[in-house]
Amino acid sequence: MKQSITLNKITKFVGFGFLGTLKSIFTGNIEKEDFKNFLRKVIVPLASMLLFIGLWHMGAKTLFNIEAEYKIEKALTEQGQEAANAMEACIASGAIKCQPNTLPSPSQVWASFQTLLEDHLVIRADKAAFIEKTASLNAKRLSDGKNAITYTGRPSFVDQIFTSIKTVFAGFFLALLIAVPIGVVIGLSKTLRSSVNWLIQILKPVSPVVWLLLVFMIVKTLTKNSESDSAFIISFISVGLCSMWATLVNTAMGVSTVDKDYINVAKVLKLGTFQKIFKVILPSALPLIFTGLRITLSVSWMVLIAIELLAQSPGLGSFVWEEFQNGAIDSNSKIIVAMFIIGGIGFLLDRIMLTVQNMISFDKNDGI
Amino acid sequence: MAYLELNNIYKTYGKDGNATEVLSNINLSIEEGEFVAIVGFTGSGKTTLVNLINGLLQPTSGEVLFKGEPVVGTSHERGVIFQNYSLLPWLTVGQNIYMAVKEAFPKKNKAELNSIVADYVDMVSLSHAINKRPKELSGGMRQRVAVARALAMKPEMIIMDEPLGALDALTRGNLQDEILNIWGKDKRTALLITNDVDEGIYMADRIIPLRPGPNATLGPEFKIDIDRPRDKTEMNDNPHFKKTRNAIIEYLMDIGNERKSVSTTEYVLPELSPKDFVNRF
Ligand SMILES: Nc1ncnc2c1ncn2[C@@H]1O[C@H](COP(=O)(O)OP(=O)(O)OP(=O)(O)O)[C@@H](O)[C@H]1O
Ligand SMILES: [Mg+2]
Repeated sequence: MKQSITLNKITKFVGFGFLGTLKSIFTGNIEKEDFKNFLRKVIVPLASMLLFIGLWHMGAKTLFNIEAEYKIEKALTEQGQEAANAMEACIASGAIKCQPNTLPSPSQVWASFQTLLEDHLVIRADKAAFIEKTASLNAKRLSDGKNAITYTGRPSFVDQIFTSIKTVFAGFFLALLIAVPIGVVIGLSKTLRSSVNWLIQILKPVSPVVWLLLVFMIVKTLTKNSESDSAFIISFISVGLCSMWATLVNTAMGVSTVDKDYINVAKVLKLGTFQKIFKVILPSALPLIFTGLRITLSVSWMVLIAIELLAQSPGLGSFVWEEFQNGAIDSNSKIIVAMFIIGGIGFLLDRIMLTVQNMISFDKNDGI
Repeated sequence: MAYLELNNIYKTYGKDGNATEVLSNINLSIEEGEFVAIVGFTGSGKTTLVNLINGLLQPTSGEVLFKGEPVVGTSHERGVIFQNYSLLPWLTVGQNIYMAVKEAFPKKNKAELNSIVADYVDMVSLSHAINKRPKELSGGMRQRVAVARALAMKPEMIIMDEPLGALDALTRGNLQDEILNIWGKDKRTALLITNDVDEGIYMADRIIPLRPGPNATLGPEFKIDIDRPRDKTEMNDNPHFKKTRNAIIEYLMDIGNERKSVSTTEYVLPELSPKDFVNRF
C-alpha cells in the first residue's frame, strides 16, 4: 500500500498523473470524477493526437499530388506525351527513382523509424562480432605495447542519440560548474554585480554559432598535439557556454534577493560568513538556481542540434544534416523521425529537471 | 548605571525628500532583572524600536547602551523573538532550533545540543512536530517555535516583539508562564512588546506606552506593584490591578482620540440615500 502511494506521488510529480486514473479504471473502482479525469487526461489527448496524424496525412498527400503533377507536367512539356505517361505510371508504381521529394506521410515516417531500429540491431551485432573477433588480437597488441584496434564502423541512429545526450550532459555540467559559483559570487557583492553586468548582458544574447566558432578557434589550437576527440570537446564546451547564462543570472538574482528576515536571523544568531552563505543564503536561493538550471538544460538541448550540425561532431544534429544532404528516398522521413526523437528527449529532460526542482523546493508540501 | 539605556533616540527611514521620522526622542532605561512591557498601536514603530535595541538597526541619532557599551551589532546576550517568526523554511523545527543552539553554545557536543533542542521543543509542546517544516505548521505553532528558538539560546536579555499574538488564550497563558519562568530562574532581563494590556500587566514590572507615529515617543510609565508569582484570577480582584488597568486603557484611548482629532482634513460626504429603502421593509 505504502509503495503504491509513493508510486502515485511520483507519477503525479513527473506529470503522468493520468496513470493513476488509468489504474483505478483497471481495478474497477471508477467514480464520476475519475471518469471525467480519464476523459480529460487520456481520451482528449489521444483524440487530438489522432487528429494531428490525420491532418498530417492529408497534408502530405496534397503536397505529394502537387509534386507529382508538376513532374508529369514537366515531362509532358519537355519530352512529350509518351514520357508523361511513363512518368505517371512510374509514380503510381511507387518505384524509387521517380518518387516526388516532399513531406513524408506518417506511415512513411513510421516505416523509417523501424528501418532505423533494424539498422541499429544490425550494427550492434556487427560491433559485437568485431569485438569478439579482435579480442585475442587486441590482447596481444596491448601486451606488445601497441594500441588496441577499435570499431570504426558507421554509428547507428541509437548510437547518435546517446552521443547527443552525452554531449548535452557534458555541456550542462560545464554550465553548472561555471555558472553557479560565479553567480553566487556575483550575487553576494553589489560592486561585482554592477561591474560585470554589462559583460553578461552583452554575452547573453550571442548566438550559438558564434560561440562555436570562438570555441573552435581556441580548442583547435589547444588540442593540436593531443589525440583527444576535439569535435566532442568543441561541441560540449559551446553548448555549455551558450546555455549557462540563465543559471548565472538566476543564481546571482537568488543570492542577492534573499528575504531580509532570513538575513536578520543570520545576524541575530551571529553566523559566520561561511555559515551564512551555506546555511542561509544558498538554501534560500536554491529554488531560483534550479529554475535557472532547468532553462539551461532545455537551452542546451536546443542549441546542441545546431552546434553538432555545424561542428560535424557525431550526434542527432549531424544525423539530420547528413540525411538532408544524402537525399535518399527515405531521408525526409528519417529527418522527421529525428525531429520527434529530439522533441521527445527534450520533453523528458525538462520533466526530469521539473521533478528535481519540485523535490528540493521548500515552498510546497509534497513531502516526498 | 542602567542595564539597558536608550538616550535621545531618533530614527528616520528614507532620505531627504521622502524621509519619515518614525521614532523621536526615545528615552528608556531598564535595570538588570527587570521585566518591561511596551504597548502601542500598530505601525507606531515598535518593531523599529526592538531592532534598535537588538542591534539590527542603528539610530539616526542618540545612543543605545547595553551594560554601558554602545550597541553596534547583534549579540547572543540579547535574544530576539521576531514578530514574523522568521523561521528558515528549508529547515525542520528541530533543525531551526539546533542551528541557534549550536551558535550559542559552540563548545557543547552534538548529543548535548540535541537534548537542549528536545527540551525546548517539549516546552512549547511541539515534540510531535519536531521533524516538520514551518510550512506544515499553523501560525501559532510557528510562533511557538520562534519562542523556543530564542529561549533555547539562554540569552541574558530577552527581547520579544509581540511573541504571542497568534495564539489562543490557553496556549498563550501557558507560554506566558513559561517565559516568566525562564525570566525568573536566572534573573534575566526582559523587554516585551505587546498590544494586549492585560498581558503586559500580568507579566511586566513596568508598562510604557509608545505613542502613535510618526514621531512616536514613549508615554509615562505605569508601575505594576503586584507580587509574583501572579495569579490571573486573583489579580482580577486586586484594586491596584483594576486601577492600573483602567489608567493605562484610558491613556491609550486618549492618545487614540487625540490622533483622530489631529487629522485636520475634512471629508465631505456625498449625499447618499438608499434607493428603495422603504420598499424593502
Ligand atoms: N525598512 C523600512 N523602510 C521604511 N519605512 C519603514 C521601514 N520599516 C518600517 N517602516 C515604517 O515605520 C513605521 C513603523 O514600523 P514598525 O514595523 O516599527 O511598526 P510596528 O509598531 O512594529 O507595527 P506592528 O504593530 O504592525 O508590527 C511604519 O510606518 C512603517 O511603514
Ligand atoms: Mg511590529
